Amino acid sequence: MLYRENGQFKTSYRADQQMLPILQDRMFMGLLLAFVFVGAPFVFSDYFFLSILIPFLILSLAALGLNLLVGYCGQISIGHAAFMSVGAYAAYNLVLRVPQLNFLVVLVLAGLIAALVGLLFGIPSLRIRGLYLAVATLAAQFFMDWTFARVKWFTNYASSGSVSTATIDLFGFPINSPVRKYLFLAAVVTVFAVLAKNLVRSHLGRAWMAMRDMDVAAEVIGIRPVYAKLTAFGVSSFYVGVAGALWGFVHLGSWEPLAFNITLSLNLLFMIIIGGMGSILGSFFGAFFIVALPILLNRAPDWLGIDMSTAMVSHLESMIFGALIIFFLIVEPQGLARLWAIGKEKLRLWPFPH
Amino acid sequence: MKRNRNLIILFAALLAGLIAPLVTGASGAGFYTEVLLGGLMAGVLYSLVALGFVLIFKASGVFNFAQGAMVLFAALSVARMAEKMPLWAAMLLAVVIMVALAFVIERLVLRPLVNQDPVVLLMATLGVTYFVDGFGQTVWGSDIYEIDLGIAKEPVMILGQLFEGGILINKDDVAATAAAALLVILLALFFQKTKTGRALRAVADDHLAAQSIGIPLNRIWVIVWSLAGIVALVAGVVWGAKLGVQFSISQVALKALPVVILGGFTSIPGAIIGGLIIGVGEKMAEVFLGPVMVKAFDLAGGGIENWFAYVLALLFLLVLPEGLFGEKHIDRV
Repeated sequence: MLYRENGQFKTSYRADQQMLPILQDRMFMGLLLAFVFVGAPFVFSDYFFLSILIPFLILSLAALGLNLLVGYCGQISIGHAAFMSVGAYAAYNLVLRVPQLNFLVVLVLAGLIAALVGLLFGIPSLRIRGLYLAVATLAAQFFMDWTFARVKWFTNYASSGSVSTATIDLFGFPINSPVRKYLFLAAVVTVFAVLAKNLVRSHLGRAWMAMRDMDVAAEVIGIRPVYAKLTAFGVSSFYVGVAGALWGFVHLGSWEPLAFNITLSLNLLFMIIIGGMGSILGSFFGAFFIVALPILLNRAPDWLGIDMSTAMVSHLESMIFGALIIFFLIVEPQGLARLWAIGKEKLRLWPFPH
Repeated sequence: MKRNRNLIILFAALLAGLIAPLVTGASGAGFYTEVLLGGLMAGVLYSLVALGFVLIFKASGVFNFAQGAMVLFAALSVARMAEKMPLWAAMLLAVVIMVALAFVIERLVLRPLVNQDPVVLLMATLGVTYFVDGFGQTVWGSDIYEIDLGIAKEPVMILGQLFEGGILINKDDVAATAAAALLVILLALFFQKTKTGRALRAVADDHLAAQSIGIPLNRIWVIVWSLAGIVALVAGVVWGAKLGVQFSISQVALKALPVVILGGFTSIPGAIIGGLIIGVGEKMAEVFLGPVMVKAFDLAGGGIENWFAYVLALLFLLVLPEGLFGEKHIDRV
């Protein structure tokens, strides 16, 4: 009744090509953004910002980046946390060695450096594919873990190998309180999400999708596989690198050599699988699920009044996490984004059966 | 022709890397042989885990990330049950447990996910990994346990007259290698000589054709996962006896992944030869290349064996995209 597109005629190409063609979608997005930027700072507590919203925003950016590669271009990577670490350490070194740079510039440069490394590790994708490629991307993971743990220059010769960052200063405006951090992240993520949304509608995104659906056929119709695959690796690593820099500077503040280990990579993959592959919105759903679930599981024994040792809780948590993943894959292998789409479809017909 | 040339270059480079320490005089022949043997024995362990991967991939097309978790689970079961009963009984009971696990996985995970994308199946096995890791440690505890195989651990000296100072090897390493070799022979016999083995090979060749001549796919999957569980059990016991049963076992199993891509997902000989190549390459790199790199780049310690296996496997893949013995892939539009 409320959500339907009949009566909304498009009379120009501009109208036909806009990002959200349906009026109700635009209204929903407007309300959502208004809530995110204006309402949320008043509603949520500092704890909620620090433990859920900030990691959620950064990880959705990372998941978005990974989704561009896996969901849109069909190249699996199990080593994407490596590019997060590249972004984080690049930002750390840029801030350390060129302190006069604005943090936004640092962020972009860190992303570009991560993109370069991503291109390098993307080269094997031209020769190998599928699960072979997936395992090969683990090389990036372990190599980068090792590099940042062992090469002293990257950590500025810190004896423990861990690095810590100063507060970000944006045009004389320090990003220090949870609310400010949140607003800064929300702005960055919004910009990158809009960029991604438009990117996947462009010729580049269509080339990626053609590559994903059938690479030989895509080649036949004139899409260069080298170009399509390497741009996907580059753009994806750029996103993930930016997310890594934010993760290091805004969320962690200081981190150990193995902060970006394989568990993080696997979690990123979980996010896009659970959220929905090849869906921008899905990256956000997945990131929220993966961020919120462990916190929920951690608190559940308290709420239920069961007394358990910490080790027991963490083992049970791992069990429930695994079981839920399997459950989700069985119930909806296309992810939460698919449920969202089904919901919209149903809403279109509601309240009439057909 | 070009491909052959690349292959020749690759193998020449490997060989050069292999004999470099000897030629440059970086090590004596005795020490060199010791490292080589150490690498081979580590390689046997990698092969064992890789074997589990290959078995499952061949029969069900699932890339089983949970193999490492299964190794840990099997090792934990044996270690804890051996506290209450003799070792052989614990092992037998563990076999039963692994078969039951295979059955449960087939019922609850594989069957509902039939015909899904390989990535979805990979993710499902990741879910299984988390579950089995958590379950194993909930049931059996998460300390470090020991498995005592009753083999003395002190090194023995061999070939004393050939090299100056002889070569030191551990008895338990030799036993592990023997056990692995025995397992491989048994598996080969099983695949070649029994009716079930033939059915397994048929399924590996072509699911649809196998099903159409009346081979029950579901039962085959249970059998394959059970076999992989038993292989995991052997790997877990051997590894656990060497390093102690602890959580890191399931992490070390990640080392088996480059072995599988190097050997080819679908080849049992590939898993074994790949394991040996990785094992030797890694030990050689750690012992001989590591110090050189630390000196050259001023690193905070070596540890290049963490990634060397992957880079080695990547180099192979650039020349042979399907691994050493993988099935050749032909694309049709």
